[in-house]
Amino acid sequence: MAEFSTPTTEQQFAENFAQLKPVMNRTEALYESSRCLFCFDAPCIKACPSGIDIPQFIRQINSGNDTGAARTIYEANYFGNACGKVCPTEVLCEGACVYNLQEVKPIEIGRLQSFATTKVIKNGEKLFGPGADNGKKVAVIGAGPAGISAACELRSLGYDVDVFEAKAQPSGLTVYGVAPYKITNEETLAEMAYLQSQFGYNVHFNSAISSREELEKLENKYDAIFLGIGLGKTNELGLPGEDKINCTGAVEFIAELREFQHKVAVGRKVIVLGGGNTAMDAASESSRLGAENVILAYRRAKEEMGAYEFEYDLAKGVGVKGLFNVAPVEITGNGYVAGVKFIRTETKDGKVSEIAGSEFVEPCDMVIKATGQAKQTEFLSLIPGLKLDGKGRIIANAHTGQTSNPKYFASGDAWNGGAEVVNAAAEAKLTARGIHAYLSK
Amino acid sequence: MPDLSINFAGIKSPNPFWLASAPPTNSGYQIMKAFDAGWGGAVWKTLGVPVVNVSSRYGGVNYRDKRLVGFNNIELISDRPLADNLREIEEVKKRFPNHAVIASLMVQTRQEWHDIVRQSQDAGADGFELNFGCPHGMCERGMGSAVGQEPKVLQMIVEWVMEVAKKPVIVKLTPNISDITEPAMAARRAGADAISLINTIQSIVGVDLDQFSPYPIVDGKGTNGGYCGPAVKPIALNMVKNCAQHPDIKLPISGIGGIENWRDAVEHILLGASSVQVCTAAMHFGFGIIREMTSGLEQYMVEKGFNTIYDFVGKALPNVLHWEDLNMKYKVTANINEDKCIGCQLCYTACEDGAHQAIKLNAGTRIPEIIEENCVGCNLCSLVCPVEQCITMERTDDATQHLTWKERTEAGTAPTEFNDEKAGGRHHWVPEPSAALGKERHKTLPGKARLYSGETVLPTEA
Ligand SMILES: Cc1cc2nc3c(=O)[nH]c(=O)nc-3n(C[C@H](O)[C@H](O)[C@H](O)COP(=O)(O)OP(=O)(O)OC[C@H]3O[C@@H](n4cnc5c(N)ncnc54)[C@H](O)[C@@H]3O)c2cc1C
Ligand SMILES: Cc1cc2nc3c(=O)[nH]c(=O)nc-3n(C[C@H](O)[C@H](O)[C@H](O)COP(=O)(O)O)c2cc1C
Ligand code: SF4
Ligand code: SF4
Ligand code: SF4
Repeated sequence: MAEFSTPTTEQQFAENFAQLKPVMNRTEALYESSRCLFCFDAPCIKACPSGIDIPQFIRQINSGNDTGAARTIYEANYFGNACGKVCPTEVLCEGACVYNLQEVKPIEIGRLQSFATTKVIKNGEKLFGPGADNGKKVAVIGAGPAGISAACELRSLGYDVDVFEAKAQPSGLTVYGVAPYKITNEETLAEMAYLQSQFGYNVHFNSAISSREELEKLENKYDAIFLGIGLGKTNELGLPGEDKINCTGAVEFIAELREFQHKVAVGRKVIVLGGGNTAMDAASESSRLGAENVILAYRRAKEEMGAYEFEYDLAKGVGVKGLFNVAPVEITGNGYVAGVKFIRTETKDGKVSEIAGSEFVEPCDMVIKATGQAKQTEFLSLIPGLKLDGKGRIIANAHTGQTSNPKYFASGDAWNGGAEVVNAAAEAKLTARGIHAYLSK
Repeated sequence: MPDLSINFAGIKSPNPFWLASAPPTNSGYQIMKAFDAGWGGAVWKTLGVPVVNVSSRYGGVNYRDKRLVGFNNIELISDRPLADNLREIEEVKKRFPNHAVIASLMVQTRQEWHDIVRQSQDAGADGFELNFGCPHGMCERGMGSAVGQEPKVLQMIVEWVMEVAKKPVIVKLTPNISDITEPAMAARRAGADAISLINTIQSIVGVDLDQFSPYPIVDGKGTNGGYCGPAVKPIALNMVKNCAQHPDIKLPISGIGGIENWRDAVEHILLGASSVQVCTAAMHFGFGIIREMTSGLEQYMVEKGFNTIYDFVGKALPNVLHWEDLNMKYKVTANINEDKCIGCQLCYTACEDGAHQAIKLNAGTRIPEIIEENCVGCNLCSLVCPVEQCITMERTDDATQHLTWKERTEAGTAPTEFNDEKAGGRHHWVPEPSAALGKERHKTLPGKARLYSGETVLPTEA
C-alpha cells in the first residue's frame, strides 16, 4: 500500500508535501522564544555557518521587536527565511543548543528565524538598501544562494551588479533542488523578490554563460566576476541500460518536481540508488508522489550512509524501504526500465567488495540515480588561469574567495564541492567583501 | 487524614481557604458555586456606599509567555444594591451553614457603619471585614486606604463598629504605608478581633507605547490602580511576618496576597496567617483551583505529621531574625555539578558582570569553574542556573563558630571608619578596572562579527 495517494491537484500536492517546518504564529513564537536561555557565548551561534546572532534575534522576537529580529538575521544571512526552513538545523544550530544536554527539546531556532523574516517579507518592510554608487561593476554568474547573496552584499557596498542566470527563476537549488516539504516555491521566490526590491541588482534570466566569447565580454565590461554556478548534472553511473526510459538523475527529477509539482509522474515501484541526502529526498518525494513501493539501494551498510540520520528517518517515515550492501550492475528492461540487477557486497576494513555469484534482479518501473552531482569542469576550463582541485572544486582564498585568476571570485557549491544553502550564503557574503577589498586597493 | 478546619477569631470554616472580597464574591451565585467546589469561606465583595464603575477595569503584567504574573484593577466596591446582597447572604448561609460568610464593609459616617453592620449581622454573616485598603477611587472620598493610612481615624472607625458588632470583626490593612504594624496596632487598640492583609498595592501596571496611556485605558486615559497577583506575594509575606512577630498585636491574621497554590498558602501560614484569602488566582483559573490547594495542603500535613493547621501557624517565625542577628561565620560556596551542567554559561556572565568575578571559563570546555577564594556565597549563580540542583551552595565553614553583627558591635570589633581594615570587602580580590576593556569582545559581539574576528579574518575595508 502506498503511504500517499497520487496527487492530482495543487491542493493534494500541498497536502502530500506538507511543510515540515510550518511558519509559526505570534503565540507560538512567543512561547518558543520565551524558552531561550540567552546563553553567554552561545553555542548555537558558533554552529551556524553564517554566524547569526541567535540569542539576540530570539530575544528581539520575545520583546515584540520582530523587525529588529529580521534585521539581525539578514545582517548575517541574506537567505534568512529560506535557511530557517531548509537548513539541517538538527546538525547545526539546534543540534548545538544547550537544551540537548538537558534532554529537553532544543529551541526551534529555524522556525523562529522564518517567523521573523516571513513577517518583514510579507509586509515588504525595507531594512536595507544599496550603498552609495562607487562606479564599479561586478558580474555574478548564477542566481543561486551564492550569487544572490554576493549581489546583495555588493550592492550594499555600492557596486553595480548584473546577475546572469541560466534558468528562469532565482535561488538556484533552493527552488530547483530542495525538497518541497521544506520550503514552497512561493516562499522561496517571495524572499528573492524582497531582496531584489531592496538591493536593486539586475538579474538576466535564461542567460547561461557558456562560451569563451561571453566570458570575454564580461571580463571587459566588469571589474570583477563572481562565480556562483553550483554543481552540474547527476553523475553518470556507466552501467548498461542507464539510457532506458524512466531511469533519471535525482537532481533532474527533483527540478522537474519543483517546477511541475503534481503534474510529474512517478513510477509504481521506484528504486533510488544512493545513500546521501539527495537520495533520501528523492525517495521521500517518490513516496509522496504516490509510488507504491520505494526502495533505497545503497552499496554499503546502513551505518555508512552519508545522509543525516534525521533525513533517513524522514524517508522511512513515509514508507521507504532500505536495501543495503547491494551494488547495481545493470538497468534491465526493454526500452522502459523493468528492474535493476544488483550484486551483493560486503564491507571489510572499510573496503567494499562484491560477493561473486550473488546477483539478483529487483523489479521496478523507475530508477532514480542519486549518485552525486558532477562538477562544471568543462565550463570552468574556459576561464584562463582558473585552478581546480583534484575533485573539480574551484580553488579560492578561504577569506576572500579570490581564485587563481584574480578577476574571478567564487563561493557556494562550486567552491565547497556541495554543501548547504547556508554555506553558500555565508561564503558569498564574505567573498563580496573580498571583492570589495580587492577593488578598493 | 489531617483536619483542615479552622476557627478564625470565632469564625468557623471547613478549611483555611477563603475567597477574598473581590469580583469572585460579587454574588450569591458565585459564592454558592465556590462552596460547592470546595472553598471554605468567602468574604463578600465590599458592601457600602453606592458606586458606579468604569468600563475597562483591569490591567495585567505578563512575564515573557506567562500571563498575569501581576494584576491590577481600578474597580470600586460592589455596585449592586445593598438589599440584593443582603438577601443573597441569607440564602447562602441557609444553604451552607458551616461555611464562613464574611461581610466586607466600607461606609463613611458612624451612623452608616452602625446600620450596615446591623443589617449584615441580621442577614446571617459570620463576621465582618472592614475594608480600609482600597487604594483608588474610594480613598479620594475619604474611605479605603485613606482610612488605612491614618491609624487614628482607623481606630475611631473600628471603635464605632465594635459598638454594635456581635460577630468577629476583621480589619483589612492596606500595604500602602511604610510600617504595617501601626494600623495593625490601631486595630488592636480599638478591640478588633483579627486583621487581614494585604490589600492591593498602588500601581501602574504598564503604559501603552502607542496610546501613551497607562493600563487599563479608559477612553485614552488611565489612572493608578491596585496591584495584586503572584508578583505581590513577597511583599505580603513580609507584612504578614511583621504583624505576626509584633509583640503587642497578637491578633489572628488572615493572609492575602499572591496565593495561587497550596505552597503559597503554606508560606503565609508558616509566617503567622491562620486563614488565607485568594482573589487573582480564582479570577484567572476559576474556582477549580481549590482542589489542588486542599489536596496539596493535606499531603504536606501528612508528610510533616501535622494534625491541624495550628500545628504550623507561625512555625517559620522563630527563624526570621533581624539582619544583625545572623551568623556571620556561616559560609557557603558555589559548587558546579559537572554532570548536570549544560554549558549555558549564564552563571559565568552573572557572576562576572553582576556579582564577584568568581567564575572562570577554561579552554576546551563549556563548563565554568568556581574560583573558590573569590566566591562570597551570594547565591546568584545558583539562582540563574537553568538546571535543577546543578549549582549547589555548599557550606564551607566548620560550623563551630557563631558571631553576629550585634555581637561584633558590642565587642567593639565592627568596622567603624570608611577605610577600616575590618571592612568585609577589604581583602576581596577585584580585577583592575582596565582589565575589563576588550575582554571577551569576541564572545559578546554580534554573531556575525564574532565569526569574522574569530577563525576567519575580515578583509580590510578601504
Ligand atoms: C536534491 C538536493 C537537495 C538539497 N536540499 C538541501 C536542503 O534541504 N537544505 C540545504 O541547506 N541545502 C540543500 N541542498 C544544497 C543546496 O541547495 C546547495 O548547497 C545550494 O543551493 C548551493 O548554492 P549555490 O549558489 O552554490 O549553487 P546553486 O544553488 O546550484 O545555484 C547555481 C545557479 O547557477 C546557475 N548556473 C550554473 N551555471 C551557470 C552558467 N554557466 N551561466 C548562468 N547560470 C549558471 C544555475 O542555474 C543555478 O541557478 C540540496 C541540494 C540538492 C541537490
Ligand atoms: C542585590 C541588590 C542590592 C541593591 N543595593 C542597592 C543600593 O546599594 N542602593 C540603592 O539605591 N539600591 C539598591 N538596590 C535596589 C536597586 O537599585 C533597584 O532600586 C531595585 O532592585 C529595583 O529595580 P529592579 O526591579 O530592576 O531590580 C539593590 C538591589 C539589589 C538586587
Ligand atoms: S543554545 Fe539554545 S538556549 Fe542557548 S542561546 Fe542558543 S537557542 Fe537559546
Ligand atoms: S555564589 Fe555569588 S560570588 Fe559565588 S560564584 Fe556564585 S555568583 Fe559568584
Ligand atoms: S548556569 Fe548552570 S548549566 Fe549553565 S553553565 Fe553555569 S553551571 Fe552550567
